[in-house]
Amino acid sequence: MADNSRQAILDQLRRTTLEPVALPDLRGPWTTSDDPRRQFAEVLAAVGGRAITVGSLAEVNAELEKIPAYQNARQICSRVAGIARANVDLDAAGDPHDLEKVDFFIAPGEFGVAENAAVWVTDESIKHRVLYFLTQHLALVVPARELVSNMHEAYQRVKLGQRQFGLFLSGPSKTADIEQSLVIGAHGARSLTAFLVES
Amino acid sequence: MGTAVRSHPLEAADFVANDSRMHWHDKALWFVRAKRDKAAASVPEWEQLREAASQIKLHTLSRLPEYLEEFERNATRLGAVVHWARDAEDHNRIVLEILKKHGIRRIVKSKSMLTEECHLNPHLEKNGIEVVDTDLGERIVQFRNEPPSHIVLPAIHIKKEEVGELFHDRLGTEKGASDPTYLTEAARGHLRDKFMNAEAGMTGVNFAVAETGGVVVCTNEGNADLGVSLPRIHIACMGIEKLVPRTQDLAVFTRLLARSATGQPITTYTSHFHGPIPGGELHIVLVDNGRSQFRESEEYRSSLKCIRCGACLNTCPIFRRSGGHSYHAVIPGPIGSVLAPLREPKKYYSLPYACSLCGSCSDVCPVKIPLHQMLLTWRGDLAAQKALPWTKRAMMKCGSLVLRNTWMYTLAGKLARTFMPWMPRWTLYNPLNAWGKHREVPSFPPHSFRELYRKRQQKNHGR
Ligand code: SF4
Repeated sequence: MADNSRQAILDQLRRTTLEPVALPDLRGPWTTSDDPRRQFAEVLAAVGGRAITVGSLAEVNAELEKIPAYQNARQICSRVAGIARANVDLDAAGDPHDLEKVDFFIAPGEFGVAENAAVWVTDESIKHRVLYFLTQHLALVVPARELVSNMHEAYQRVKLGQRQFGLFLSGPSKTADIEQSLVIGAHGARSLTAFLVES
Repeated sequence: MGTAVRSHPLEAADFVANDSRMHWHDKALWFVRAKRDKAAASVPEWEQLREAASQIKLHTLSRLPEYLEEFERNATRLGAVVHWARDAEDHNRIVLEILKKHGIRRIVKSKSMLTEECHLNPHLEKNGIEVVDTDLGERIVQFRNEPPSHIVLPAIHIKKEEVGELFHDRLGTEKGASDPTYLTEAARGHLRDKFMNAEAGMTGVNFAVAETGGVVVCTNEGNADLGVSLPRIHIACMGIEKLVPRTQDLAVFTRLLARSATGQPITTYTSHFHGPIPGGELHIVLVDNGRSQFRESEEYRSSLKCIRCGACLNTCPIFRRSGGHSYHAVIPGPIGSVLAPLREPKKYYSLPYACSLCGSCSDVCPVKIPLHQMLLTWRGDLAAQKALPWTKRAMMKCGSLVLRNTWMYTLAGKLARTFMPWMPRWTLYNPLNAWGKHREVPSFPPHSFRELYRKRQQKNHGR
């Protein structure tokens, strides 16, 4: 039955030969950013998130402590080394549902994109990808030098085709489905902080 | 199937009857259009991107069978199960079989116009499966037992007070409360529960990449990702036109999609699924449902380039003032008016006329579909197919006869100028003349342009 459908669709498509159209060359040049770090921070603010530049990973703890949602967080999970108050062991969670109550999740981001403040994250180092969406608040730690200008550069860097979940994440979860009023925190994270680490 | 629904003007009349609501709707969409303009203007190479997007889609269409096979090979290699559905029935059967095999009774679903097109929800519900639409706007219209009125903003036609009433009934929010933040929070709590208890998640697909075998889903709320990262089973349904050949092509489309749709630089979540969740299953259903036939049509083929951004709806003066439901089609607005008659010309004959030919839709379309030109072509094709009702055909015939014969045209003008001013009002303003409903004919001049011109020429020569 299913095989029939497959063959029928392919046959129908092969019945008509269309004129060849060349694939466009996407090498650009595309607009690049003069100051990716500034642009990233500005765009992130515009989409409801916040970028904080820190000198080193050690400063992240101090900055986190200034965030009210972090101060009040009971369950904190981290995939970044050295986060002092992390108390949820991701590896111990057998089922993604066990992570329901996580208040704050701190994860590494591979690189950021200046034009849209998206950060590339994957499920490689985190056992349950759901945590990016289930946590109440999210912080991403990105090396400050790992910022690209635009999506063309971004897709040059990502390696798709392996068995993996990958995500461009730009700002906190949001909706404007009720009368076009922007509400932050639809289903996913209510806040997004990106730490740009200089060294 | 095939029988006429009420024509668009009749449906629109209901919407327009509420003047303040119409203007409110118009403004809400114009606001989105304005945001789109700003976002598009911020990208210097915008036109280059549109051209590239259009070329990529045309190229893919020209080699679609090869790319589908390539995609299937790669997706399978990554552990996904690829299914092929010829039509809506096939699609619904495949989905139900997967769910039944696992004894699944509760699923969550993120926005997918394709499953609307296939009427999946009623099919699953009939078979005892609870389907929860998790996009906030979709949940609102699902509660109301309505279809979405817009492809990106499903509940754009509903006021916050009405959402407040609805949520009071359904979710026990405070009576009279209509604050969007409060209502969204209530929905968040309600839907978290549904996510936690779902046994499978369904999503649509924005893009599928042939060379990698993965699918890309774009959302702002995060509902699609939550829905397919808690349960073990993910079913992704896609039209066969969603394919792009290369990873690089995604750059072009992710730059265009959200900017065109809502004016955002990118959607909050752009998720790339390559293979199933560890220990789970990923099913990808490739759906034809008429697309392979549309592809054969020289005139309308390029409508398959559509990435469902909704920009043509937001900019359309008719859509803004008549609301999505007046189209009575799964996809409303300019692109819907092109697609619907491909399926059922007799039923949807009036949609290509729901257009002033202003061309704004074609200007904003990120993949350069010549929408207004297609709508004009449709008018000719529908007449040729005899899909128009006799009243419209008779009027067109009369009009064409008069316009083709100079003497008839001159005579008609003369008669009108002489007699119309003396005729009783009802001869012009009656139910047969839709144009007279909200408009007054300007008073007839004593002489026609041709008469005035002739006089002037004579005077000049006389000198
Ligand atoms: S036709 Fe063009 S503008 Fe309209 S929804 Fe499709 S891609 Fe967007």
